[in-house]
Amino acid sequence: MDKRLERILPRVQKPARYTGGEYNQIIKDRDEVELRVAFCFPDTYEIGMSNLGLKILYKTMNSLPFVWCERAFAPWGDMYGEMKKAGIPLYALESGDSLEAFDVLAFSIGYEMAYTTVLDMLDMAGIPLRSAERPGLLPIVFAGGSACVNAEPMAEFMDLFVIGEGEEMNNELLTLLRQAKAEGWDKPRFLRAAAQIGGVYVPSLYDVEYNDDGTIRSITAQDGAPEKVRKRIVEDLDAAPYPTDPIVPSTEVVQDKVDIELFRGCVRGCRFCQAGHIYRPIRAKKPETLIRQGIETLQNTGYEDVTLLSLSTSDYRPLGALCDGLLDYCEPRSIGLALPSLRADNFSMELMERLQRVRKTGLTFAVEGGSQRLRDAINKNVTEKDLLNTCAIAFAGGWNSVKLYYMLGLPTETDEDILGIAEMADRVLHCWRENAKNKNRGVRITISTSCFIPKPHCPFQWEAQIGKEEYLRRVNLLRSAITARNVTYNWHDAETSVIESALSRGDRRLAGVLEEVWRQGGRLDAWSDYFVFDRWLGAFERCVLDLDFYASRERGLDEVLPWDMIDVGVRRQHLLRERERCYRSELSPDCRKQCSGCGAAAMLHGRKCDE
Amino acid sequence: MSKLRMRFSKTGRAIWISHLDLMATMQRAFSRAGSRLKYSEGFNPRPQISIALPLSVGCASVCEIMDFQLVEEVDITSLKDRLNATMPEGIEVLEIYEPTRKNAELKWLAVEGIFEYDEREVDIIQKQLAAFFTRDAIVVEKKTKRGFGETDIRPSIREIAFSAAEKSVSVTALISAQNPTLNPELLCAALRALAPELAPDFAKFTRIETFDGEGKLFR
Ligand code: SF4
Repeated sequence: MDKRLERILPRVQKPARYTGGEYNQIIKDRDEVELRVAFCFPDTYEIGMSNLGLKILYKTMNSLPFVWCERAFAPWGDMYGEMKKAGIPLYALESGDSLEAFDVLAFSIGYEMAYTTVLDMLDMAGIPLRSAERPGLLPIVFAGGSACVNAEPMAEFMDLFVIGEGEEMNNELLTLLRQAKAEGWDKPRFLRAAAQIGGVYVPSLYDVEYNDDGTIRSITAQDGAPEKVRKRIVEDLDAAPYPTDPIVPSTEVVQDKVDIELFRGCVRGCRFCQAGHIYRPIRAKKPETLIRQGIETLQNTGYEDVTLLSLSTSDYRPLGALCDGLLDYCEPRSIGLALPSLRADNFSMELMERLQRVRKTGLTFAVEGGSQRLRDAINKNVTEKDLLNTCAIAFAGGWNSVKLYYMLGLPTETDEDILGIAEMADRVLHCWRENAKNKNRGVRITISTSCFIPKPHCPFQWEAQIGKEEYLRRVNLLRSAITARNVTYNWHDAETSVIESALSRGDRRLAGVLEEVWRQGGRLDAWSDYFVFDRWLGAFERCVLDLDFYASRERGLDEVLPWDMIDVGVRRQHLLRERERCYRSELSPDCRKQCSGCGAAAMLHGRKCDE
Repeated sequence: MSKLRMRFSKTGRAIWISHLDLMATMQRAFSRAGSRLKYSEGFNPRPQISIALPLSVGCASVCEIMDFQLVEEVDITSLKDRLNATMPEGIEVLEIYEPTRKNAELKWLAVEGIFEYDEREVDIIQKQLAAFFTRDAIVVEKKTKRGFGETDIRPSIREIAFSAAEKSVSVTALISAQNPTLNPELLCAALRALAPELAPDFAKFTRIETFDGEGKLFR
């Protein structure tokens, strides 16, 4: 181990997250591989090591014999300070080698607030931030992950982006880079060739021109790059590689458990939900596959908990069969099975009863909107009746804590809708009084609100964001309407949401803002410990860019949107139609009742969605 | 199944795993090896494992002792191999056996340390260090449950010797393992407080061997 590192580790919190050496890490001979890849996660070790995408891609990239893929994370503040003081560059955990020595830096960006951390990791590695400042072929710096469906704010920094699911695409890219390195290609030649790989977006091959009012006039593809980059998907998840021997961290991380990914995509089509649109079409795994992979992973990791992962667990049709199969293995071994993202219905409750015989922790419901009208407008198919039914069963079964999540600032929201939140909490409380077996233990009802952020590629992508002051007004309105003692109200601050709104629909000019925030010390901005709103305001000011233009402005239907070159498979007409239905407070059927022809099925080459 | 004892080493990158994390690591390693640890009864069952002398983060050891119980009878020789195949880097099971002695009989620990001096004459320092530790009493501040207290660590050091090496001084010592426990880091703390000119720029320790009150090997 580096002597300097050895000296600082005793001074930092939880040093094991900076040392590697975990069980199942992949070690190769650095002299025998042709490409060294650093899989960079722009957040802490604890968050990154809980990420399923990282586990999968670490495995698939390392399945190439000519590649050694290692991991790098962003150090927490204390370690960051010590590394800077000691002059230690960012290093990969497996080998301890500085990232400077790597051929590829592959960033996984799941949320916009990680952008400044990406810049910081590049800097800590001693690598120039902007693609244009890295004229040589190597290192290639690229990014993927759900934030990259509008990659524009990061366009100046990255050589390329991979859009969609990376299992196959990353390896195609690395195979091409191997050839380029062996044959001594220059960087432009490699980038031009990379742009021909499905799902690869090379921002430098797209010219963006602007109108006088700051909106985009045109986006023009150059040098044979596709006009639209269609996201990649894995068509058959049962056949897709799945790591049943992931790394087992030697220190506590956020998710110390086995993840079982039921399906990708969602049949629901909630209009505010980016994930529900960009991961389409829905593709489920067979229960046999999941049971086999789940048991294998449990055996290979020694974990004592399994979680079923998906956007909406109740929509997994063979859920009963899957749980039976897993419980046969788990129950005799005291392995816990958790099912987040359940819907509020009776079936779910019976399942919960079966699973959580011992610990009755809180129930959580994402209700999102305070009135039935608003929930119809956003296509969130939850009725108050369902919710109260579920609560009744839960309270009768001994649960005594309920969390209800809402967004404020959804399109068409009125004060009446907001007051509806308080009324619903009252009815849940009333339901507890009527159904709870043992009232002595009391009940805890928690309402949480966050500020709605319009995101690219969903029906609300053109919508305005209400902004900080209006959000606070709505918070106060709700606050004064909540009177019951057993009801707690937590609201998330809107400052991060405003910045996130600007970044998620931002264009290339935001590169300057990101760099400025980072220069002023911004990193780990996804953490309230480190996020400083004024730093962002100052950066917008210094770059002479208008925050409101990016964050709160409603986009015109005739506008060229910064992410127009990215095609996630869902047609613009579908998004527009859904937006119109919102204004009429009309529900749309889910994909199982009736396909609304969003376009995503085309990616399955003749197969139907959800088969 | 009856109580078993494991001796293991924790070196290299594994020295940074905290005591609490080590417990979880052990539980998972057993589970991966196909042997389940026995759990305590009650609302919040925990694996029945106990580590004789918790090791501080950053300290290495080649003589750790852990007692445990398994749910099923196993062949202990193959258990050792199976465990070693599933341990994270730096943790190695040295032997597994049925214990005959109580952990309370463990009294002395042999430790080795390296005191690093970046810019000082280690030949001179080495002699001064030896002289320092011949003092009758070495009183240092020590964190106690009730805040700070003073404690004389001299009786907890049975033997100590120094030899000069490359930009560093090697230390070998026999120190009290329990009642009272002497964290070897206190040797440096004593220097910082009483003879700062001798305090090393950096120090690291390795536990080497365990002994009973009579100075015989403890197993
Ligand atoms: S094509 Fe039809 S079924 Fe498939 S995701 Fe789109 S709306 Fe749903």
